[in-house]
Amino acid sequence: MLEVREVSKSFGGLKAVDRASLDVAPGEIVGLIGPNGAGKTTLFATIAGFHRPDAGTVTFEGKPITGLAPHRICAAGMVRTFQITQPFAGISVRENIMVGAYLHTADRHLAAREAEAVAGLVGMKDQLDQRGADLTVAGRKRLELARALATGPRLLLLDEVMAGLNPTEIVEIVGVIRNIRASGVTILLIEHVMQAVTSLAERVYVLNQGRMIAEGTPAAIADNEEVIEAYLGRGAAKVLRA
Amino acid sequence: MNRAALLCALGLLAALAYPLLVPNYLVTIGMLVFFTAFIGQSWNIAGGFAGQTSFGHVVFFGTGAYTSTILQVTWGWNPWLAWPAAMAAGGAVGWMIAVLSFRAGLRGSYFALITLAFAEVFRILANSVPFTKGGLGMLLKSDPRPINFQFKDPIWVYYLALLLCVVSLLIAWHLTRSRFGARLVAIRENEDAARALGIDVFAEKVKVLTLSGAMCAAGGTFYAQKYLYIDPGIAFGVDKSVEMLLVSMVGGAGTIFGPLIGSFTLMGINEVTRWLASVVPALKNVQPLSLIVYGIMLILIVARLPDGLMSLFRRKRRHA
Repeated sequence: MLEVREVSKSFGGLKAVDRASLDVAPGEIVGLIGPNGAGKTTLFATIAGFHRPDAGTVTFEGKPITGLAPHRICAAGMVRTFQITQPFAGISVRENIMVGAYLHTADRHLAAREAEAVAGLVGMKDQLDQRGADLTVAGRKRLELARALATGPRLLLLDEVMAGLNPTEIVEIVGVIRNIRASGVTILLIEHVMQAVTSLAERVYVLNQGRMIAEGTPAAIADNEEVIEAYLGRGAAKVLRA
Repeated sequence: MNRAALLCALGLLAALAYPLLVPNYLVTIGMLVFFTAFIGQSWNIAGGFAGQTSFGHVVFFGTGAYTSTILQVTWGWNPWLAWPAAMAAGGAVGWMIAVLSFRAGLRGSYFALITLAFAEVFRILANSVPFTKGGLGMLLKSDPRPINFQFKDPIWVYYLALLLCVVSLLIAWHLTRSRFGARLVAIRENEDAARALGIDVFAEKVKVLTLSGAMCAAGGTFYAQKYLYIDPGIAFGVDKSVEMLLVSMVGGAGTIFGPLIGSFTLMGINEVTRWLASVVPALKNVQPLSLIVYGIMLILIVARLPDGLMSLFRRKRRHA
């Protein structure tokens, strides 16, 4: 469904992403993890059209989308959320979600009805009339999810939707993400919260200093020496094993 | 919702009856309220709804005024035909400024400053090129017949201004309930999020500035037909830009009735201060008093009511 091949992106002298490749098949939940500054968000932004890659290709459902503008990629069926939530602060939750729904209908009533349905799916039914600015962190994360979902994507790119949530809220949003997948949407997610990744994702990619260093099931990844060292420092794998 | 519709109907009735009940002097003031609300709304559509603040909206106003006047004086067009041509010219200038500045990625205060620069360039051009008759300005021949878009009785000018104002209110109302309007608000609130949700931010911004430019140009022609004289300072002067921005901000940018309420308020201040200056000897030399009050008012609004006078109504409704 999504094929990323040898994508590189530099900012000045810094190679943020260095020949990274990944694949997502329809119906999967795939995780992308890595230490802080590994280039995960940059890779996401590059896939979604917010940055133009210096090299490499991105293919979505067999069509090349490398370097397309974000709104065209969204219209093609792939949408991203933001790690730092970007609500439309001055308008209501309902209007926020309607902006997403307007991608495929110009009818206000239809968009409003769809917004309510999506709000139900992510558990925001009671907050529809609140202003975006008045939401809690958990509420904003859900709103990110809801707005993206309202565009009717086939592939959802989630950038740390669990960061900043408490354990109860994490359990709730994990349930929401499972429901979204069950409704037929494929998911690629960046995550810091390891427990969430292992309980959600079938496959995990590990990015470190811009490079893909491992790929596999969550269990296999947790045992991978290179991954442990990337997270805990040189020699850590040996210490752990001892 | 029904109460709002009733209030609008009552307001419209009052506005229709008003000129029949007051002396001509007050009819003209009423006309100015609606006219200023109209050009204020043209600013509000781009600056309030879409968040593309402009300091140089007068560039569209002047383009409209000069286009229709040149077409009449130099080419002998009928003003009613010149009017849509002036709107097209205003729209074209809006399109051009939008394409140039948004392609270059200008946002926020940079965009505001570039519009100011465009207005100044147009003013200087109008001052120097031959076909605008330079600093002399252009005079329209007085021939007050409706076919000439000139009226002997100020009541007709009043009704025309009222009509323009109502049309602009309908456009703003449509924006609050259409996809186009929702996209403009999304762009105002957060451009990156709008882009991620499939909005072609560039295209929408170009569209709204074209619409706003055409509207404002319609106001320019209206003005020229009323006063029958324009010069570069009148048509492209910065004070008109400020006026459009001010009525929207005072009334409430991004709201349907903001510019109308702002225009009403500012015109009221204008008249009250003029009257005060004429009856209070101590104020006789404090001129123009209205500007001082405007200044104080703007400071109070920005500090206390950043969403304008309209937010007073909204706050009340929330308590009710």
